[in-house]
Amino acid sequence: MAPPRGAAAPAERELLSAGDVARTIARMAHQVIEKTALDGAGGTDGPAEPPPPPVLLGIPTRGTPLAHRLAARIEEFSGVAVPAGALDVTLYRDDLRRKPTRPLEETDVPGGGIDDRVVILVDDVLFSGRTIRSALDALSDHGRPRAVQLAVLVDRGHRELPIRADYVGKNVPTSRTEEVSVLLAETDGRDAVLIRGQ
Amino acid sequence: MRHLLTTDGLGRDEATAVLDTADELKRTLLGREVRKLPTLRGRTVITMFYENSTRTRVSFEIAGKWMSADVINVSAGGSSVGKGESLRDTALTLSAAGADCVIVRHPASGAPHRLSGWLADTRTSVVNAGDGMHEHPTQALLDAATLRERLGGIEGRRIGIVGDVLHSRVARSNVHLLTTLGAEVVLVAPPTLLPHGVDQWPVTTAFDVDSQLPGLDAVMMLRVQAERMRGAFFPSAREYSIAYGLSEKRLAMLPEHAVVLHPGPMLRGMEIASPVADSPRAAITDQVANGVHVRMAVLYHLLAGDGDHHG
Repeated sequence: MAPPRGAAAPAERELLSAGDVARTIARMAHQVIEKTALDGAGGTDGPAEPPPPPVLLGIPTRGTPLAHRLAARIEEFSGVAVPAGALDVTLYRDDLRRKPTRPLEETDVPGGGIDDRVVILVDDVLFSGRTIRSALDALSDHGRPRAVQLAVLVDRGHRELPIRADYVGKNVPTSRTEEVSVLLAETDGRDAVLIRGQ
Repeated sequence: MRHLLTTDGLGRDEATAVLDTADELKRTLLGREVRKLPTLRGRTVITMFYENSTRTRVSFEIAGKWMSADVINVSAGGSSVGKGESLRDTALTLSAAGADCVIVRHPASGAPHRLSGWLADTRTSVVNAGDGMHEHPTQALLDAATLRERLGGIEGRRIGIVGDVLHSRVARSNVHLLTTLGAEVVLVAPPTLLPHGVDQWPVTTAFDVDSQLPGLDAVMMLRVQAERMRGAFFPSAREYSIAYGLSEKRLAMLPEHAVVLHPGPMLRGMEIASPVADSPRAAITDQVANGVHVRMAVLYHLLAGDGDHHG
């Protein structure tokens, strides 16, 4: 859940530069390949049928380009094409009534669907965990994945639900009043992770 | 958005937001096992229909149910309305009973507007599902959604509305909405079926169908509303059909890409020939399908937010 991006507030600090963001995504891609045994490593059972690759679903707005970048890196490193798409969770949020009506974002589940596949949810910042709770509910209405994993670029703590990420780009200890902003070239014109103190 | 009473005064951004929501709802529901969203869980929607309707009522009911709202149908016949209760008392009763939204169809123009006034001090939203000869805003929104889908956009498109404009709330709502969205609207009707003061509307008018057809991107055929006609508006049904009905010959006069709409219920052989209604150029069943998504979007914009934001 990314906080709103306003004008530059006092005491803004860069947590990750554009180069850091690229390296972090590359590292996360290697971790996904390792954990989901995409390259066939770890299999000693001979020429068994490899499992279908995982499906990456980004949570809009910034999870969507992140999912596509992660999928591109995974394909580059493993040679396996990994489908990527988007899953909007607005209709499943538990705080709709506390805010003005939100516009819906794009949902784009890749053609093969998610039944019996490993689904990796991708988001920019993991904070309370409520967005991911909404995403799990949304997923169950689209089908029944074999397993669901979570990849986030930044984990800033302060969980309000029993949710944790399987792949974390950077753990950032924060106070609740600080704002963490992920900027991506696709949505913001450049790559960076910023933190604004109070 | 607190109420949806007319498309007159509905801003371009607001209308576009509703249409975009409808598009996303359609996409997200496509090919799903469970066509149910939890978004309006715990909200109560009451439909109050004082006039006959199949598609509008069913469409609102499905829309509410797919968003997980509790939907209750009240009809004039089976309620205290039959015992002489006024519209005001019925509305206040339904609101006091916990309705978050009242969807009303009424033969009197302006009834939903009055209703929204009586409910001003409550949290209940009012949706106009058709009032007399005034407006039918969700029909116009679903027509716009269908046109966007079929034509790729509405801005700059030329849309003909043909037939009984005088008695048509669909025509009024469409004139406001389509012109707001940047379309050129031409009303084609016999002089007796054009409303008084139509020269003040942001449209052009014509009496002859054939000369208009080649320039249209879409043609919307209106039902001849015999139930509202007290007097002779045209010599005979046959004569009307020959002069204004959309025949196969007229369909061929439209440009290749042009699409045919009809708000339903259709009088086949009267304003539209049966083969035209069933042709792939007609988007009539698309309109019905889009109606559900558009009404879901309207309920979402009225009921999902905190309700204090009247944007």
